[in-house]
Amino acid sequence: MAVNELQSTRKPPISQIGAIVWLRTNLFSSWINGLLTVASLYLLYISIPPLLDWMFLSANFNFGTVNILGFDIKFSEVMADNDSCGKEAACWPFIYEKIYMFIYGFYPREEVWRPDVFYGLTALFILIVRLVRNYKYKNRIILSMVITYPIVSYILIAGGFGLLPVVETHQWGGLLLTLIIASVGILISFPIGVVLALGRQSDLRVIKLFSTLFIEFIRAVPLITILFMASFVLPLFLESGTNFDKLLRALIGIALFQAAYFAEVVRGGLQAIPKGQYEAADAVGLSYFQKNALIILPQALKISIPNIVGSSISLFKDTTLVLIIGLMDMLAMVNMTSQDIYWLGRETEGYVFVTIVFWVILYSMSRYSRKLEIRFNTENKD
Amino acid sequence: METENNKSNIIEISELNKWYGDFHALKNINMNVKEGEIIVVCGPSGSGKSTLIRCVNFLEKFQEGNIVVSGTELTDDAQKIRKIRSEVAMVFQHFNLFPHLTIVDNLTLAPIWVHNETKEEAREKALKFLERVDIKEQAEKYPNQLSGGQQQRVAIARSLCTSPKIMLFDEPTSALDPEMISEVLDVMVELAKGGITMICVTHEMGFARKMANRIIFMDEGQIVEENDPINFFKNPESDRLQLFLSQILTHDE
Repeated sequence: MAVNELQSTRKPPISQIGAIVWLRTNLFSSWINGLLTVASLYLLYISIPPLLDWMFLSANFNFGTVNILGFDIKFSEVMADNDSCGKEAACWPFIYEKIYMFIYGFYPREEVWRPDVFYGLTALFILIVRLVRNYKYKNRIILSMVITYPIVSYILIAGGFGLLPVVETHQWGGLLLTLIIASVGILISFPIGVVLALGRQSDLRVIKLFSTLFIEFIRAVPLITILFMASFVLPLFLESGTNFDKLLRALIGIALFQAAYFAEVVRGGLQAIPKGQYEAADAVGLSYFQKNALIILPQALKISIPNIVGSSISLFKDTTLVLIIGLMDMLAMVNMTSQDIYWLGRETEGYVFVTIVFWVILYSMSRYSRKLEIRFNTENKD
Repeated sequence: METENNKSNIIEISELNKWYGDFHALKNINMNVKEGEIIVVCGPSGSGKSTLIRCVNFLEKFQEGNIVVSGTELTDDAQKIRKIRSEVAMVFQHFNLFPHLTIVDNLTLAPIWVHNETKEEAREKALKFLERVDIKEQAEKYPNQLSGGQQQRVAIARSLCTSPKIMLFDEPTSALDPEMISEVLDVMVELAKGGITMICVTHEMGFARKMANRIIFMDEGQIVEENDPINFFKNPESDRLQLFLSQILTHDE
């Protein structure tokens, strides 16, 4: 009989680490991979330098004198205009001149503090959610914020109730409108989506049938169609003379549309929960509501986070479609501003600017979802 | 044995029939369990033993027959089902702990939400039961950080937290690595000595021999034979039980 001594652990052989090995394994592992690497580098070479040149090196940054946080910063003697900019590179003074339109739309200038406070509240909201995440009462705090935030924001932006002068919804626009449509759409559609997902899994035939029909109908129709329906067909059914706000109609359409998608995302999460979890919850005597609220949904939603955020990102981008029913979101502002006779033909700058704003917002959303995933995974190792 | 006979039936199953689609899974089951009895149900896989005990807390619906659990007849009525489930606890083959909750939260969930206990009461009791199954120091961990044997002991403690009258064990050791089986069986032996009514579906014949009042052998959806442990192993009457015993005991002895 042989007895072996315990062996000590060692590092891997040196040939497995280092930069050249990395290059070989990741970029040139086979001739076809090598070819693709070279082709990609060439594509980057012919596209990146001209883009940098257009955006920065040859671009016009003559903003005149800009006041930033109380300091006057002098970029140039006078602000550049459309002619002095030239056509071959970006003319950023155009964006500077029109920034108000991009961010607030036609919101009255004397009331601009209200959207500013709204942006500030949004930032504060995100900050608080991050700060309290280890605090004992975090659920209560977050829930109360989720309820009060939309109400406060509504009063702030729309006015009325004898508190603030009313600003009609057709004056809302730009990034403000984009954010409102996206956040209201997501906040309203999410609970509806969860209910629909549970409904589709339900043992009660009528509820199951209704949920399935609703989801399948909505998913088989493009968002544009739903927006048209909400905007033009819905008023036909209502009494003539009823003034039914255009933005509200669009929001209803978007919320119903997104609810169907959330429902399918959540259903995917529900299906990933093992049968044993349902049985264990049943066996200890939990009611249907308790079982879903305490056992099933917390796990199903956790698995669904990447898809929920993915779906929200899609919705955020889809909000640009409200342009076709006459709502002036941030993308619509590109057309609006470049039709100014003093700035004709500056769509490109507008589109690049809007792209950058969208990218910053959506990329942060996607990064945040990745962080959430990692956090939940360490809490709950499989 | 005299005192046993005086005790009343806590579970009465009569003429129970169950089908999965066309498949006749349980055929005319008649079975009574007295308060404090330890029953072991065994049989080849697919013989309907798990299905039988899952009918007792209505995890499986059945088409014909009656089950009365501590005076309440099982029907579709959600109220009655919840009442029975609050008195009957079940331990599963795959533990089925709630992975998103800590161990102690797993234990306090039902007491708080089903039995309306305060958080403090529930927590105190939970820690007591965790101590009893010898894993108090893991209370704040998550289920997946524990070994299989530890998870199953947590699952047993979880089912004890609601002070059940009856405990159902559905192959509690079948999913465990061999070296962890005995720690779970030790807990079950302790419970059995404590006087709770137990129905165990298990292949652990050592446990059956030592603790059971009766052993029931099932095959093809029927109760083929039932007997006290001594005669069950010594004098099996039916051919099927003889065959079954010869198959599972050859490597044991």
